[in-house]
Amino acid sequence: MNSQQSAELVRRLITQIAPEADLDALDVRADMREALDLDSMDILRLATALHEATGLEIPEREYGEICSLQGCVDYLTKRSAS
Amino acid sequence: MSYSTIQKRPGALAPNMTDYTALCRDFSWERARRELDGLPEGRGLNIAYEALDRHVEAGRGAHTALRWLGKRGERREYSYEVLARTSNRFANVLRELGVAPGDVVCTLLGRVPELYITALGSLKQRAVFCSLFSAFGPEPLKTRLQLGAAKVLVTSERIYATKVAAMRSELPNLKYVLIVSESGSQLPADTLDYAALLARQSAAFEIAPTDPETPALLHFTSGTTGTPKGAVHVHRAVLMHHITGKYALDLHPNDVFWCTADPGWVTGTSYGIIAPLTNGVTMVVDEAEFDVERWYRILESERVEVFYTAPTAIRRLMRAGKEPLAGRDLSSLRFMASVGEPLNPEAVVWSQEVFGKPFHDNWWQTETGGIMIANFAALDVKPGSMGVPLPGVEAAIVRRGEQGLEILAEGPGELALRTGWPSMFRRYLNEPARYEKCFVDGWYLSGDLVTRDRDGYYTFVGRKDDVIKTAGHLVGPFEVESALMEHHAVAEAAVIGKPDPVAGDILKAFVVLHLGHNADDKLRAELIGFGRKRLGAAIAPRELEFVASLPRTRSGKILRRLLRARELGLPEGDVSTLEEDATK
Repeated sequence: MNSQQSAELVRRLITQIAPEADLDALDVRADMREALDLDSMDILRLATALHEATGLEIPEREYGEICSLQGCVDYLTKRSAS
Repeated sequence: MSYSTIQKRPGALAPNMTDYTALCRDFSWERARRELDGLPEGRGLNIAYEALDRHVEAGRGAHTALRWLGKRGERREYSYEVLARTSNRFANVLRELGVAPGDVVCTLLGRVPELYITALGSLKQRAVFCSLFSAFGPEPLKTRLQLGAAKVLVTSERIYATKVAAMRSELPNLKYVLIVSESGSQLPADTLDYAALLARQSAAFEIAPTDPETPALLHFTSGTTGTPKGAVHVHRAVLMHHITGKYALDLHPNDVFWCTADPGWVTGTSYGIIAPLTNGVTMVVDEAEFDVERWYRILESERVEVFYTAPTAIRRLMRAGKEPLAGRDLSSLRFMASVGEPLNPEAVVWSQEVFGKPFHDNWWQTETGGIMIANFAALDVKPGSMGVPLPGVEAAIVRRGEQGLEILAEGPGELALRTGWPSMFRRYLNEPARYEKCFVDGWYLSGDLVTRDRDGYYTFVGRKDDVIKTAGHLVGPFEVESALMEHHAVAEAAVIGKPDPVAGDILKAFVVLHLGHNADDKLRAELIGFGRKRLGAAIAPRELEFVASLPRTRSGKILRRLLRARELGLPEGDVSTLEEDATK
């Protein structure tokens, strides 16, 4: 998956979990738990949804890497390339 | 499936309680009271004095009371003396602002040091301290600030701007908003600078005489119906906090203790502020949210000895497996406990395997103010059981009948506690009738259904009402339904807890739409977002289903248990009172 595909997927899934989130106004490097008031269960749901969409297992210990929009896109792009 | 009892072997440090039977036999609250100092010259009993000043008087002022770990790697330590003096400053701020004993001081903050200073300073001034969960959305916050008639609110710039400023005109009792500034920039109009106020005040403060029955703490909790309930606790509760910290959490002076609960929930106040300090330990406070690597790193690097957390977090540690533990030295851990919802037996067995010691589940509620039933350091642990009653606590299983209460031997039945323990809530704010309904024949009725085995161990089996436990947070369905019904498309809503492998339950909403609205994915997303914005992610529905109508009794009550039974594919039980039903 290239970074554009990753970005589209990540945005779609975040919007499903937190439909109220304004992703256009979001600082892509900001921790979404602060910037969008996502809670730890939301991040868990994001990881689960990413797994369902891509087949990639995201270990719980790596959840810290998917807490910003850009971090999540980079993580997904890197993992799907390896 | 049955689980073997986990038997204990003596460790290097003897537990505070080695003989449960003997301690129960010899225990009295009068004797336990001698473990506290009381205000000098017999001026009463004040939680903050027991938490801080008495340790300073006893020459332990230099000991670290609070070790704060910031989200971005910051680290600050506060000794007992510094915390005593800083909370004195805050008490002086309150006095200067004209905050009188009994006035309500709320915090709406993340886990930052100012929260702890505010709590202790408020108690010194004999104001009523109330910590609001900072992840709540504006609706639950407004309800609680109004019900509590809060006079002072301590919050951050960001929270004030996003959640409080717009509702300020609807909070006529709120005289002062103190801002803990992160940026140092100009503060919003009609707010005060927390740090500047503190800096101007003296670090000396003499606590005025405090009758032990003086209101001290206000915690909001939820029932099935109606508004949240404001449970009021008094200064005498410190006796329970102290004794349970000592016996149920086995806190020894000089321990490093980490309670992961947020003070916005009762555990984070009783055991995240008061009990550790009265017991003279060093408490670790982590500002950040759950993260596996971070948590294991903190347990290791801070040499945490006693760890108190919640089933949701424990299940997430389980999900992460053993790998994050590789190479970690967690040998400092001596005692681990869990609260918030029943801890599943698999998690107890897992912790025994992975840490070489089990999590000790315990049971209590906002209303009880402190731990009532626990698995103890010196006793065997039965995985899945909440344990046995604390010394000084009399528990029973009862059934309510027309002739009063019937006491049952094994249950299942409702868990009841003999009234009179020190941290029993003294009232629900403005709701005497609701309070009275909690008591029958000298027993407090908990609403939790339990069984008891021949060794006296209690096990949770369910709730009598429809309240939902999600990730350890108690949620009243009515509050959530009311928020959803503020959306113009929603005619009716019912909310249930749907089992989730990590959170225990997640909230699921069933929604009936007004005519003219399409029950499609777009509207579903809009309603989920609407709920999250108003309520905050922690207590908003994560799933939503459109239905044609809701099952109701003939008297019009929503039959949430029927929705839940159908959701889970369980038997529907007694539906004789069912009136209207097109949900099948």
